[in-house]
Amino acid sequence: MSNTPDDRKYADSHEWALLEADGNVRVGISDHAQELLGDLVFVELPEVGQKVGKGDECSVVESVKAASDIYSPVTGEIIAINGELEDGPEAINDSPYQDGWIFVIKPEDTSELDDLLDAEGYQNLTEDE
Amino acid sequence: MTKKTILNNAHRELGARMVDFGGWDMPVNYGSQIDEHHTVRQSVGMFDVSHMTVVDVNGVQAKAYLQNLLANDVAKLTRQGKALYSCMLTDDAGIIDDLIVYFLDDQNYRLVVNASTRDKDIAWLEKQAEGFDVAVNEQPTLAMIAVQGPKARQKVCPLLPERLGLSAAEIKPFSACWHGEWFVGRTGYTGEDGFEIILPQDKAEGFWTQLLEVGVKPCGLGARDTLRLEAGMNLYGQDMDESKNPLESGLAWTIVWEPEERDFIGKQALVNIKQQGNNDKFVGLILEDKGVLRGHQTVVLDDGSQGEITSGGYSPTMERSIALARVPASIGKTCKIDIRGKLKNARVVKPCFVRQGAVQIEL
Repeated sequence: MSNTPDDRKYADSHEWALLEADGNVRVGISDHAQELLGDLVFVELPEVGQKVGKGDECSVVESVKAASDIYSPVTGEIIAINGELEDGPEAINDSPYQDGWIFVIKPEDTSELDDLLDAEGYQNLTEDE
Repeated sequence: MTKKTILNNAHRELGARMVDFGGWDMPVNYGSQIDEHHTVRQSVGMFDVSHMTVVDVNGVQAKAYLQNLLANDVAKLTRQGKALYSCMLTDDAGIIDDLIVYFLDDQNYRLVVNASTRDKDIAWLEKQAEGFDVAVNEQPTLAMIAVQGPKARQKVCPLLPERLGLSAAEIKPFSACWHGEWFVGRTGYTGEDGFEIILPQDKAEGFWTQLLEVGVKPCGLGARDTLRLEAGMNLYGQDMDESKNPLESGLAWTIVWEPEERDFIGKQALVNIKQQGNNDKFVGLILEDKGVLRGHQTVVLDDGSQGEITSGGYSPTMERSIALARVPASIGKTCKIDIRGKLKNARVVKPCFVRQGAVQIEL
């Protein structure tokens, strides 16, 4: 059974979005997603300063099996990327919710997070897969 | 309706992640595909390959039938148990399937063909048997387990029925021995030493469990794919199919042209294709930039012409991305690969990256 912490929101495309104390949104992929993908071998990170719209493709994670697009869960500007993933993409497998974060967005409007699923809603979604 | 091998429950009990593979419910991994890959290169792992199709060809004209059917020549097989890799072609030289044929004696051969092509293979084998005094006998009640890696032989031999264990310890690479319904080939699809063991279905679970008990790690089809890619072995349906001939699939070495008197299905078409020349080449690629090569990505040559990656992925042994590709013959030592609209640098190499645990390419 996948781990789905309830401190954050989830997109149906399997990203998580965590609203942090400073008002920024940290993004990664769910435990369920990393399990489906298998061993991660490469992450194509966005660029700091890049403007992204909600739902835009802004990163790619590649596993032994396949490449998978990462969609931005909110509109805003990328203000940090996890450079550790360039040489250690397996951090996403080992720690999808902490060390395996992918980027941080300064959101234009945090109310966009309301459109995402909560942990229970996301769990219901993944149980059908 | 998804088909299941006799070991399906065993995989589920081990916590395997199952996927549909050509209509079969098969394990893709039991945890980490990369760990499984390394285990086979460094020690020993096992794969359930019971979905593969075993077909026996029996009859006084078995040899003549196979000499007509296959592009490689079974006349090469003179020692009992010796195996041969061959393509089976259409009249136009398209590849119907690739297979292994084992020589039991002049009237009895055993073929192992792909699971995904089973129905068309059996239909073709039966159609081509018309006019020959042979019987095509599929063996649906057998299971098959591949045990691969440098420690495979020492783990397997003591577990085989007594006399078979002694003979299996003696057989040379690409040869087989058997006893009753147990059949052991020193063959595989990983580039490592090891055995492929064909055995009665009702013995399969017990044998699988014994192998687990002596420390043989179960490995899924995911690791099987990265291992065969590193070994530069083609996968039917990806690297070749009926629209491709062996000359453009890196399999010219499997075609036996002489003696001229031997005709085989697709030979005339191959002769014509060879005379026309200008055939695509089949090469290996190593990505020099960051990223992952994947099937169907476009290869861009220095002269602007284009080819295509047929299989690509991440090589756990080399920690680099590698691929097999079909490209125009004008390809040089380097090329570019279109990965999501960006051109990345790749180096062109012989399509054999890793054998017997050792990297064959200068990195």
